[in-house]
Amino acid sequence: MRVFCQRLVSPLLSYLIMLEEYASVVNSILYRQFLLRRLATKIQFREALREALSEEMRKNEKIFLMGEEVAEYNGAYKVSQGMLDEFGAKRVIDTPIAELGFAGIGVGAAMNGLNPVIEFMTFNFSLVAIDQVINAAAKVLSMSGGHFSCPIVFRGPTGNAGQLGAQHSQNFENWYANCPGLKVVIPSTPYEAKGLLKQAINDPDPVIFMESEVMYGDKGEVPEEEYYIPLGKANVVKEGSDVTIVTFGKMLTRVVMPAVELLNAEGINAEVIDLRTVRPIDYATVIQSVKKTNRMVFVEEAWPLGSIATEVAFKVQKDAFDFLDAPVLRVTCADVPLPYAPTLIAEALPNADKVVKAVKSVLYKEA
Amino acid sequence: MFSVTLRCLGRQVHQQNKSLAPLFTYSKNGLNTEATFDTKPFKLHKLEEGPATTVTLSRQDALKYYKDMQMIRRMETAAGNLYKEKIIRGFCHLYSGQEACCVGMRASMRSYDAVITAYRAHGWTYVMGVDAVGVLAELTGRSSGCARGKGGSMHMYVKNFYGGNGIVGAQQPLGAGIALALKYQGTDGVCLTLYGDGAANQGQLYEAMNMAQLWKLPVIFICENNGYGMGTSVDRASASTAYYTRGDYVPGIWVDGMDVLAVREATRFAIDHCATGKGPMVMEVVTYRYSGHSMSDPGTSYRSRDEIQEVRQTRDPITGFRERMLSSDLATADELKDIDQNVRQVIDDAVKRAKSDKEIGLDELTADIMSNPIDTRVRGVTAFDTLTHKRLGPAVNSP
Repeated sequence: MRVFCQRLVSPLLSYLIMLEEYASVVNSILYRQFLLRRLATKIQFREALREALSEEMRKNEKIFLMGEEVAEYNGAYKVSQGMLDEFGAKRVIDTPIAELGFAGIGVGAAMNGLNPVIEFMTFNFSLVAIDQVINAAAKVLSMSGGHFSCPIVFRGPTGNAGQLGAQHSQNFENWYANCPGLKVVIPSTPYEAKGLLKQAINDPDPVIFMESEVMYGDKGEVPEEEYYIPLGKANVVKEGSDVTIVTFGKMLTRVVMPAVELLNAEGINAEVIDLRTVRPIDYATVIQSVKKTNRMVFVEEAWPLGSIATEVAFKVQKDAFDFLDAPVLRVTCADVPLPYAPTLIAEALPNADKVVKAVKSVLYKEA
Repeated sequence: MFSVTLRCLGRQVHQQNKSLAPLFTYSKNGLNTEATFDTKPFKLHKLEEGPATTVTLSRQDALKYYKDMQMIRRMETAAGNLYKEKIIRGFCHLYSGQEACCVGMRASMRSYDAVITAYRAHGWTYVMGVDAVGVLAELTGRSSGCARGKGGSMHMYVKNFYGGNGIVGAQQPLGAGIALALKYQGTDGVCLTLYGDGAANQGQLYEAMNMAQLWKLPVIFICENNGYGMGTSVDRASASTAYYTRGDYVPGIWVDGMDVLAVREATRFAIDHCATGKGPMVMEVVTYRYSGHSMSDPGTSYRSRDEIQEVRQTRDPITGFRERMLSSDLATADELKDIDQNVRQVIDDAVKRAKSDKEIGLDELTADIMSNPIDTRVRGVTAFDTLTHKRLGPAVNSP
């Protein structure tokens, strides 16, 4: 009700300006889609990552790729296929299974003038190396009084990828995002993966770049011409008026977009925001959207406590309190170690139906 | 230089150096311009030959090593006193007793060699180029501190010195990575990677050694064995205390770490080995710390006062070196006294400065969190304090 009153008293002029801004956003999206149709080819997510790595490595001798099975095996998930042939063993380096050791070697190399890209076979194994990420990479610039920076990318898949058991099915985006000094990027499509990885490799700070095993085969349009996507800027994937759904990573294509179709069929017009980076978080885009729709559902694969959803919900209640017409809801992994049995996994993870249910709840509609 | 050399056997030198046979080179003023000494034999692991045990020392170098070791000793004493005055707080790990290690190693390093160590970092910070004010003001948290109050005792840095690391053993892979970059960039630089006998049992050391050997990285893994990891003696912590052999397939040298000349020679040998593409090397430098592990440890519950006293009297690196200099006429007692006085003055002045130096601006709370903060707003303690990120200057490793 308060929101309604506020809108009534807001000057007509600013309302018109707002309309015009929306129109220009829509126009730019349409123009980009037009360009994509003209110039883009469809490639796999893993190919998009490989293009990003290879293009940057061709430009800068100081970039190298290091990790388990990245060279002769062509990458555990074939991201680095063919790169050993092109760049040689000096720049595509197979490591033993020693995450803590090679993460530290990467950080040391970054402190001494190189730009390493360190691949974790999955981010589940990054826990063995997390000391070097948190205590060395993230801190050294500050702790050294600005003496030593650490331009490094740690990348690899995150989250569940089928029936892999509890130790191989976890999301640590929020763990890394909690730490000052890091940037945390989670791409959602091949287009996003390429542009964001190229940007991450050129960033002078340590970047955590989280992919997904199940997305590596996803095909998507990627333009022929070079492009970068800035870190820290969310993407309004779809405009809508009834509710804001915020998400990132594979939840976008696997869960949220299917849910949006179901909602469309019921006449519910959701706005969808892909955060792209969860440190820094583009709060402004989320707040602006919530001020428009007055409702938010956050979809995230991680466990609920202390999640990115928790953080964004805090900001929304703080900065858009008067605009909220319903409590913020979130759809996350159940608060359990992820099991093996497919029936149990389905119960534990977010899916489109669960998102639809949450959206209807914030709209006060019958499920 | 017209000089004669003579072997002098009968002279009584410091107890530690009884077996040493100095050789002298005289100059006009009656003092020697150089002298030759024998070091304790090195123990070798997987090496056919070791460093030379007969070493030559110039008067000029001798004066420098003496001054540097005294400076570190005095600086650490001053730090201990400031701690007792509660001006220095938090962790504070003193290097007293271990001075010959960093001074000896530094003497063999080339300008482009790198070094990384653990949390007992004051001595290394000094020999790598930060003066006593930079060290002590960092400890008092003042603006002349070399890490601008962000580091404290454990985190000091300067060009080619990568800290100052507080997580025991975590500096070992970092050192291998610094070495990887030296090799990658086509230099013959070497990274000296130091750790204590405590950190010698950290798994990541062996991960780093394995990769360093596989990839022939120019890294010297240097175990400063001072006998105790905190309060745990080497015998209680290590199934093998022959740390110089614990690289298995990595060649190793055992060195008397109380003899600055032995340390210097072993380091020169190890640098030659690494810089010529032969891969890593392990160096165990046996030394002793007089203080406790940190200021909260009196250092007497796990060892006797007699033990400490005995090391001071028979193996002290500075006393031993001083007597060598005097007995071989590399310096006069008066000269060394002058150095001592000068050192005392420098440290006294540094202490005054570290105490009275201006405090660091609160705006630096948000300094250097990132090189490129995308959002320059930094959240403060409450929603009412929005701070702004600040960058103080380019990093020493940035192009």
